[in-house]
Amino acid sequence: MRVIVMVKATKSSEGGKLPEEKDFAAMGKFNEELVKAGVMLAADGLTPSSKGKRVRFSSGRKTVIDGPFAETKELVAGFWIWQVKSMEEAVEWVRRCPDPMPGEESEIEIRPILEFEDFGKEFTPELRAQMLERKGIVEQRLRAGARNEKS
Amino acid sequence: MREEATTRQAIEAVWRIESARLIGGLVRVVRDVGLAEDLAQETLVTALERWPQTGIPDNPGAWLMAAARNRAIDELRRQQMLERKHGALQEPGVTPAPARDLETVIDEGVGDDLLRLILVACHPVLSTEARVALTLRLLGGLSTEEIARAFLVPEPTIAQRIVRAKRTLAEAQVPFEVPRGEDLAARLPSVLEVVYLIFNEGYSATRGDHWMRTGLCDDALRLGRILAELVPGEAEVQGLLSLMELQASRSRARVGPAGEPILLLDQDRSRWDRLLIHRGLAALERAESLARPLGPYALQAAIAACHARARTGDQTDWPRIVALYDALAEVTRSPVVELNRAVAVGMAYGPAQGLELVDALVSEPALAAYHLLPSIRGDLLMKLGRFDEARVELERAGSMAQNAKERELLEARAAACRLSAGDGKLRS
Repeated sequence: MRVIVMVKATKSSEGGKLPEEKDFAAMGKFNEELVKAGVMLAADGLTPSSKGKRVRFSSGRKTVIDGPFAETKELVAGFWIWQVKSMEEAVEWVRRCPDPMPGEESEIEIRPILEFEDFGKEFTPELRAQMLERKGIVEQRLRAGARNEKS
Repeated sequence: MREEATTRQAIEAVWRIESARLIGGLVRVVRDVGLAEDLAQETLVTALERWPQTGIPDNPGAWLMAAARNRAIDELRRQQMLERKHGALQEPGVTPAPARDLETVIDEGVGDDLLRLILVACHPVLSTEARVALTLRLLGGLSTEEIARAFLVPEPTIAQRIVRAKRTLAEAQVPFEVPRGEDLAARLPSVLEVVYLIFNEGYSATRGDHWMRTGLCDDALRLGRILAELVPGEAEVQGLLSLMELQASRSRARVGPAGEPILLLDQDRSRWDRLLIHRGLAALERAESLARPLGPYALQAAIAACHARARTGDQTDWPRIVALYDALAEVTRSPVVELNRAVAVGMAYGPAQGLELVDALVSEPALAAYHLLPSIRGDLLMKLGRFDEARVELERAGSMAQNAKERELLEARAAACRLSAGDGKLRS
């Protein structure tokens, strides 16, 4: 399974403060470990939300909102994409991560990536439900096939 | 109870992360794969007993390594005592280091442990299937049961395969030194073969439980990524990694809703995995910067890259694919590669030219039972409007195909030829 692992923002990350050299080095070492273990697929840091924009969709209207955004703890400061066997494995790796925001309270959030699809732009909830149902049928058939073959 | 299950799952996750390094470190010290794995397993059992009470230590890897190290020292001291008692009598394959050096031996040269373990697990003295099982067990952290399920083989068969493999390694007294330079390069084909075999077992997934088996693709990719870090300077290692990333990028698009295979040119390319394509192309670039001419894995990756780069099937650079197949045919001398080359020629320069090459392969004994030969020949004949001949070929291909879905597809195409042939006769 694939997971996205998000480092949540803090006051200093939102303030554009870059990590100190020793913290940077510790994170570099951790990243190297992830690569060597074949876990890391991608990683990037994000600029503070002051450089970001949001587009709000509301009853057919689209409004562009300039950053910064208020709810610091809900913002993402950086992310990894990992290939792991289970959520437990992802948690184990995060436990090994050096403190991403030394001196401040911070959180790292792990979210599994939907395995079955990258949804195209015309992907309506109906289509999505249909797809899920079809996937269920396919899986059932495959399982049934496997049983038949064994018997 | 639930908490216990949670801890157990966490320990399994720790094991998955640490086991290869642990076993690798132990192999370096005790120089016996079987003994190293036993010691690692015993250490795991200790953790399973202790951690639910004490909680998982802050640095579980270091904890496991320290515990395993103590076990190894005890075991080696015990063996030395026995040897002293029994004179020169020695267990085959076990050449323990003198006790006073043990602690230093254990702490040094950690960097090569994983590479050593991979090379030993894929040692040429072992049969291919033994290498596959041992690699998944020692490097992939898979249990015997998981390997058995993935390969649709009874568990005792895999267990026996692993036991026998360890015995073969001990009896052959395979050296545990990590070879360098050309000696290392000479050992790599055997490793790459195993990794690609595991990948293909998952990728083809023609039998059995689809989802378990695609797990093998992930295991192979992980091994490939680890290997690419361990020996970054080997072009074919990067080539194989690139090939696997690029093939895996298409896995979502290559099976239809009813489980039917979807051919490359019919695939919905918006469902190809851009992240894996990006990684595959990057690995190919590394391979190309390391060696010219390219080896067979890098060449196959370069062909896969031609497809990955094309936004639509029409944009495929077929002349380049033909050139790459020329090079691949020269390296591999494989009739299957020749056949693929004929397909590419047909796409690049027209079906008549492709057919000419396929016709030259018809009497090739290695392809006598290969259903893709009549299937491809039928396809080219169809494109040339020779529907009656095409139908005969496609029907023949259908009767040779192992996979039911593929057979259905071929029969449908044969039926389409029958209709087209009828149309032609009506018109003339």
